[in-house]
Amino acid sequence: MTGALLPLTVAVPLLAAAVLAMVRGTRFPRRAMLVAVLIALLAGNASLAGVVRDGRVLAHDVGSWPGGIAISFAVDLFSALMLTATALVTLVCVAFAAATDVGRNRFFGPLVLVLYGGVCGALLTADLFNLFVFVEVMLAPSYVLISVFGRSSRIAAGRLYAVVNLLGSTVLLIGIAAVYGLAGTVNLGDLAGSGRESPAMAVAAGVVLIAFLVKAAAFPVYGWLPNTYPNTSPAVAALFSGLHTKVAVYAVYRIYAVVYDGDPRYLVVLVTIATITMAVGVLGAVGESTTGTILIFNMVSGIGYVLLGVALFGPMGITAGMFYLVHHMVVMASLLLSTGAVLVTYGSQYLEELGGVARREPLLAAAFLGAAFSLAGVPPFSGFVAKFAVIRAAVAEGQYVAAATALVVGFVALVSVLKIWHWVFWGRMPKEGAQRHRSMSLAEMPRVRPVLIVPALLLTLISLGMGPGAEPVLAMTEQAAQGLVDTATYVEEVAGQ
Amino acid sequence: MTVALGIGILVTGGVYLLLQRGLVRVIFGFVLLGHAANLLLLSSGGTWLREAAIVGTADPERMADPLPQAFVLTAIVITFGVTVYLLALAGSEHGSDDDTERSR
Repeated sequence: MTGALLPLTVAVPLLAAAVLAMVRGTRFPRRAMLVAVLIALLAGNASLAGVVRDGRVLAHDVGSWPGGIAISFAVDLFSALMLTATALVTLVCVAFAAATDVGRNRFFGPLVLVLYGGVCGALLTADLFNLFVFVEVMLAPSYVLISVFGRSSRIAAGRLYAVVNLLGSTVLLIGIAAVYGLAGTVNLGDLAGSGRESPAMAVAAGVVLIAFLVKAAAFPVYGWLPNTYPNTSPAVAALFSGLHTKVAVYAVYRIYAVVYDGDPRYLVVLVTIATITMAVGVLGAVGESTTGTILIFNMVSGIGYVLLGVALFGPMGITAGMFYLVHHMVVMASLLLSTGAVLVTYGSQYLEELGGVARREPLLAAAFLGAAFSLAGVPPFSGFVAKFAVIRAAVAEGQYVAAATALVVGFVALVSVLKIWHWVFWGRMPKEGAQRHRSMSLAEMPRVRPVLIVPALLLTLISLGMGPGAEPVLAMTEQAAQGLVDTATYVEEVAGQ
Repeated sequence: MTVALGIGILVTGGVYLLLQRGLVRVIFGFVLLGHAANLLLLSSGGTWLREAAIVGTADPERMADPLPQAFVLTAIVITFGVTVYLLALAGSEHGSDDDTERSR
């Protein structure tokens, strides 16, 4: 496989979106095509990961324009891993959406494919301005997805979401302008190490990092996340949780590794942000009273763990952070889909209106409980390995406050998800909840359809598999981390001649 | 200097409007802020380079840098699209401008 095929990763979903938007007629062909395209993309991305497994970097300048002008794409093991995880989460969320009313909208498929294409572009591009463009390609369909599907408060959520992201994008653009003004290039290969050499460059790239930290929902600008995601439909929330903030975190990893060359002078800022994000996220989760907000606050907390990985810049820290990133994408999607199945079936995500789901739906309860234990870091799930790796790296780097915070936050996260378990899955369905659902007696309540249970169960099983079988995944993230600690190969492939 | 002053005024106005309550004002704030970012991007190519960037028409040393101009063109299109979408959201019937309460 040569680098010349890389643009296909972006072009195929975008073209498929165009074709899918034109397909009329019954629902079945559209859904079948959407799922088929995503399966093909997952296979393609997985094979890409196989190709770059040994630490190679594939790069390609689109249209073979000379370096610095061309849209350059590059893939290393880190981006390949992210691409594979992205395709997997998208596929599972689309399967869930197809079974709910979201999937009946003709434009759902095309929107998701454009979103997915934008994410792939952002993960592959080796150029700051194209990163901005692909982030916008990813956001444009998201603005629509968040305010078309979901509850009555979705328009308000859509406004907040669009405003925060537009502000983030404007700051990003200002940062890129500063970088171009200083360096005369936005190619990551040509910018390599410049943040370490010149303080002015460090400030300019810092503006770019701030924009991405806003988009990643890191402290102090995280409040928009719990106010937007829970208001949209569960399938869309799960999709966003797997894709959006993770792309921003990926950009932070990439920029800090390449532009700053892992400069240890600024790491203290990142450690502080990561530690506070971990703590405030989980503290917010404990106080919430709907399943959506509890989970999304936990997601903020998870972003803190992932950021701690890059903040401890070194082979151990980055390996741990990458493993946590993949684990977090899978587990958050699983949790949002299992509680989403409850929301779709019983029409509520308020804790006091729900109960007794475990007795009626043991499989769904098992999927939720497994993912909840994984989120909190209980063995044998992947969360234990991920948390252990992050804490071990923090202790090795002498960041004892961060390590202690990571440990305590795990326990509080367990408390917050057990709150959902206690109110939603345990006990009995309260009368008001049943009445809210128009059917007066519990016996008449609808069952959760199996198609809604399978996606969450599948993701929980993947998380379970990544626990005892963590070794191969850790080996891959270790190899990927090597590519970020020593960026020579990446820079050599990407830099303009 | 003129460009720097212009950017400063645009950012000031943009930030002031962003901090207002109504969504329409916030959108106008984004319009100003977007223009400021575009001007900044344009000036990053060097404002002293004034000749058209067409081969054979001028001394290459005095030609304007075409790359930031291409950047700005892309950025204008994106900002314009999102602004129109935001205006549509502001005009939608559901909910008032004041949406601090989290409703069911």
